[in-house]
Amino acid sequence: MTHESLISALYVFALAAFLGYQVISRVPPLLHTPLMSATNAISGISLVGSIVTAGAGHSTTSTILGFVAVVCASTNVVGGFVITDRMLKMFKRKDLTKKD
Amino acid sequence: MQIYFIELSYLLASILFILGLKGLSHPETAKRGMHLAEFGMLMAIIGTLMHHEIVTYTWILIGLAIGSAVGLMMGFWVPMTAMPQRTALSHAFGALAAALVGVAEYLKHPHDLDTITMSALGFEVMLGSLTTTGSLLAFAKLQGMVRGTPMTYKGQNIFNMLLLAVTIGIFIYLVINPGSMPLFFVMAGLAFLFGLLLVMPIGSADMPVVMSLLNSYAGLASAATGFVLNNKVLIIAGTLDGFSGFILSILMCRAMNRSITNVLFGAFGSAATADAGSEQQGSMREVGLEDIATQLAYANKVVFVPGYGLATAQAQHAVRELADALEKRGVTVKYGIHPVAGRMPGHMNVLLAEANVPYSSLYELEQINPEFATTDVSVVIGANDVVNPDARDNPSSPIAGMPILEVDRSKSVVVLKRGQGKGFSGLENPLFFKPVTGMLYGDAKDTLTRLVQAVQHA
Repeated sequence: MTHESLISALYVFALAAFLGYQVISRVPPLLHTPLMSATNAISGISLVGSIVTAGAGHSTTSTILGFVAVVCASTNVVGGFVITDRMLKMFKRKDLTKKD
Repeated sequence: MQIYFIELSYLLASILFILGLKGLSHPETAKRGMHLAEFGMLMAIIGTLMHHEIVTYTWILIGLAIGSAVGLMMGFWVPMTAMPQRTALSHAFGALAAALVGVAEYLKHPHDLDTITMSALGFEVMLGSLTTTGSLLAFAKLQGMVRGTPMTYKGQNIFNMLLLAVTIGIFIYLVINPGSMPLFFVMAGLAFLFGLLLVMPIGSADMPVVMSLLNSYAGLASAATGFVLNNKVLIIAGTLDGFSGFILSILMCRAMNRSITNVLFGAFGSAATADAGSEQQGSMREVGLEDIATQLAYANKVVFVPGYGLATAQAQHAVRELADALEKRGVTVKYGIHPVAGRMPGHMNVLLAEANVPYSSLYELEQINPEFATTDVSVVIGANDVVNPDARDNPSSPIAGMPILEVDRSKSVVVLKRGQGKGFSGLENPLFFKPVTGMLYGDAKDTLTRLVQAVQHA
C-alpha cells in the first residue's frame, strides 16, 4: 500500500465514522435489534474480499481459506437481510395490529 | 473500463448502505431502507465477480450457494427469542471471514509486505480471531450450552492482560519483520485464545454489552480488511458496523451505569457481589388473582414492565391478550421497556412486536418514567433489577445509579414472579417489600392467561 492510498483510505474511514455516528445515533432503541442484524448483513460485504481470494487461485491454501470465508460471509449477508426484513415486518402501527 | 464498473458498483453500494441505515430511524421507513441496502449488496457482489484476478468460479459459486442456503434457513427458522444467539453466531462468521481473508493475504506474499499493509493485516487477523472465539462462547452461553454465570479464577485479569500484551508484542514485531511466518500463526492462535478468555468471566445479564462490543470488533475487522485490500466499500461498511456496535455498547453501559472496563473485568453477578445487598425489613404481600383482575379492569392507566423472565416464560402473547382485554374496557395500556430488558439491545421490543403489540405502545425509559405518577397499576413481569428502587435511593447498592423504571411511583404495583428468588445480580429488591406492591407468584404465561379470563368476567 502506498502512502497516497493509505491517506485516501484514512479519509474514507474518518468520514464513514463521522457519518456512521450521525446516522446510527438517530436509530431509536425500538429498532436496535434490527439495527444490529442490518449492520451485520452490511458488513458481510467482506464477501467481496473473500470472493477474490477464493477465485484468484494463488495457492490451494488460499483457495480453501477464501472458500470458507465466502461461505461465512454469504451466510451473514443472506441470513442478516432475511432476518432484518422478518423483524421489521413485525413492527406495526396501532391500526394495523387489531385485525388478527 | 472494467475497473470503473467495479468501483462504481462499490460506490453505489456504499451510498445505498448509508441510506439503508438512515431508513432505520423510523419503523415506517425501515423496510424500504433495507431493500435499498440489499440492492446495493447485490450490485457490489456482481461487480466483484468481474474482478480480473478471478480465474475460476467453481469455489466461489459453491461457497455462495452453501452460504445462501444456510443463511436462508437461519433467516426463516430462527425464533425471535433466539435472536441474541443468532447475532452472536453471525458476529463469529463475519469475524472469521475477515481473519481468513487476512491469513490468505499474508500467505500470498509474507516477505514483501510493507509496514502499512502489515499493520492493517495484523489488526484484521488479531481482531477477527478474538471476535470469532469470543462470539462463539457468547453464543454457547446464550444458547445454554455453557453455564451463563461468570467463570472466574484468581489472577484472571492479570493473566488476560499479560496474554493481550504478548499478542500485541508479537504484532508489533511482525510489523517490523513481516517475514516470520510461525510468529504470525502464534499471534492468531493467541488471539483466538484471548477471545475465549475475554468472554469467560462475563455473565448472562451483561450480554447486551458484550454483544454490542463484539459487533463493534467484527465491524472493525472488516474495515481493516478494507485497508489491506485497499477496498473503500469494505472500509465504509466495516466502519458503519463498528461504530454502530460501539454506540450500542455505550448506550447499554449507560443503561446499567457501568463502564465498559467494569463489564469486561468486573465479573458482575458472581458470588463476590451477590451478598452486597442490604437486608430487607418487613415482608412481601401476596395478593389474589381475582383482586388484581378487578383492580386492572377498573383502572384508567396500566403500564406493563416486561423483563427477560417474560421471554423465558414465552408469555409475550399472553400479555398482549391481557392488554387487548383491558383496552376493550377503555383502559389505557402502555409498555415500559428498559434498554437492557432483553439479552441484546432492543430485544424486548422485537419480542413484543412479534406478539402483535403495536410499536406506538412501546415506551422508552425516559418517556415512561414521568408517567408512573399517573399510572393506576404497574404490572412487572419477570423483571427485577431494572425496577429495583435501590439503584436510585441507596448509594451503597452495587447497582446504584443505574437508571430504573420507577414503577414504585405508581399508585399500585403488581409483580408477577416465578418464586421468591432474587434477580440476576442476586440483589434483594426493596420494591417487593413496599406497601404499594402486591406479589403474584407462578408461571407468568399461566398467570396472565388466567388474568385475561378474570378481567373479561369482571
